[in-house]
Amino acid sequence: MAEIATAAPQRVARRPRLRGASALLGTVPFFAYVTIFLVIPTLVVVIGAFAADAGGFTLANVRSLGDEYIVAAFGRSITLSAASALIGAVFGALLAYALVTAKTGGLLRRVVTAACGVLAQFGGVTLAFAFLATIGLSGFLTLWLTEHGFDPYANGVWLFELPGLTLVYTYFQIPLMVIVFLPALDGIRPQWREATESLGGTTWQYWTRVAGPLLAPAFLGATLLLFANAFSAYATAAALVSQGSPIVPLQIRGALTSEVVLGQANLGKAMALGMVIVVAVVMTLYSLLQKRTARWLG
Amino acid sequence: MAGLVVRRARRQRAFRWAVLVVLGTFFVFPLIAMIEFSTRDSQTWPLLADWPRLSETYPDLAAGIVASLGQAALTSLLMLVLLVPTAIWVRLRLPRLRRIVEFLCLLPLTIPAIVLVVGLAPVYAWVNYFLGGSSLTLVFAYTILVLPYAYRAIDAGLSSIDVRTLAEAARSLGASWTTVIWRVVLPNIRSAVLSAAFLTVALVLGEFTIASLLHRTNLQVAIDYLGKSSATMSVAVSLAALLLAFALLLLLSLFGNRSARESR
Repeated sequence: MAEIATAAPQRVARRPRLRGASALLGTVPFFAYVTIFLVIPTLVVVIGAFAADAGGFTLANVRSLGDEYIVAAFGRSITLSAASALIGAVFGALLAYALVTAKTGGLLRRVVTAACGVLAQFGGVTLAFAFLATIGLSGFLTLWLTEHGFDPYANGVWLFELPGLTLVYTYFQIPLMVIVFLPALDGIRPQWREATESLGGTTWQYWTRVAGPLLAPAFLGATLLLFANAFSAYATAAALVSQGSPIVPLQIRGALTSEVVLGQANLGKAMALGMVIVVAVVMTLYSLLQKRTARWLG
Repeated sequence: MAGLVVRRARRQRAFRWAVLVVLGTFFVFPLIAMIEFSTRDSQTWPLLADWPRLSETYPDLAAGIVASLGQAALTSLLMLVLLVPTAIWVRLRLPRLRRIVEFLCLLPLTIPAIVLVVGLAPVYAWVNYFLGGSSLTLVFAYTILVLPYAYRAIDAGLSSIDVRTLAEAARSLGASWTTVIWRVVLPNIRSAVLSAAFLTVALVLGEFTIASLLHRTNLQVAIDYLGKSSATMSVAVSLAALLLAFALLLLLSLFGNRSARESR
């Protein structure tokens, strides 16, 4: 009986869908716009990666991704993203845990979460200049340290290389980790700790046997998200590094702005495709882990 | 048992403050350094506050600021015109298209901006041909960039109200579809629309990748350019832009909290 009662009104409500042809007209502007400015650019990258300069299919662009300097750039990009993701994940998780132990709905937690929301978006040129003002060659901290007999750049200026980029990226990775990881930590119930204790478990056992395994997929997933975030970042590195192209996004800048080497006009597109593939793989793993997390901490 | 709980609470408090002090220093220090750096030349801040003199001394910077403000306003407008009616329409009349609309809207999240630029270059060759090389043409690309964030905000707004019942009530009273969207649904998702617009403004004011690689100007490109000639000024402008973004997004999060509490 109940089934009939719910089925009947649904059919009435569904009828307008069948007269959909004229209704489709209403979505034409949206789909036309997205086609021109999103779908076509994506296809340009994908098809261009396999197109020869004079037209026609070629694997030359993709094959030249194996060139030494491009492989090195991908390697450095991955190192930078992995390092900044790991540092960001560890410190972000610590900060998130510190927030969870604070009073729920308290001022501290509200202020820090709001600040993290802002700082996670904070990247690009302004972030680069913030660090130039801090530990640039005439930065506040550099001058102070040099005055007190410690030259941070005694062994060369590392700010414009991978260690410096990692440090700068950490500045937006930690807040992002807090935002992504906080919901998982909130899903941990105090009862689980009480249950562990009433069964005679120690704090160490609680973290390694109960909370650790529960949080592991969430932590790993968040780290992957941070990796993708750092891997796609361009503006910060572009503003900091003006000489050379250590990482892939800067290699693509080089391919876009410099005089095109004969026969390599589409190399930039091949590198772009490589980036998309790395990000897609990482994001797929992320969504798989996300599902695993939802089982216990959703 | 009670002793254990008290001891743990004390340990957690110590841990909490240790983490907050260490990380807080890391996050606040660059901001303090920016203040120190930008006040080394006492003329910097007065000049930044004096618009006529600023636009005379640094015409590129002034052009960048004007361009960014124009881009932010137009992108918000275009995003709303494109997204709000489509989202409402798909919910009401074409529920089967919802998944594909959602997929398209979230797609830019997995395409890095630097990759999008590579694909946009040929499209912008046509834009240049039809509309010229004005920096306001970046609005087209920016609308794509903000789609995921704007879509999520608007979709959440639409989920929190009963769109179908509202629309059916209005239709049975003789309202046209335009009236339904403009005067019935839109006022009900006002806070969602506002937060989508806020996010758009914040993102557009911080955008650098596409503008610089398509050879157009905006605030970030101007700051980057200025950094090569006047470091003090560029740090001052960075700090000002940062504080503006802080204010915008904090306002948004406070506003978002309040509307969430109201709907509860």
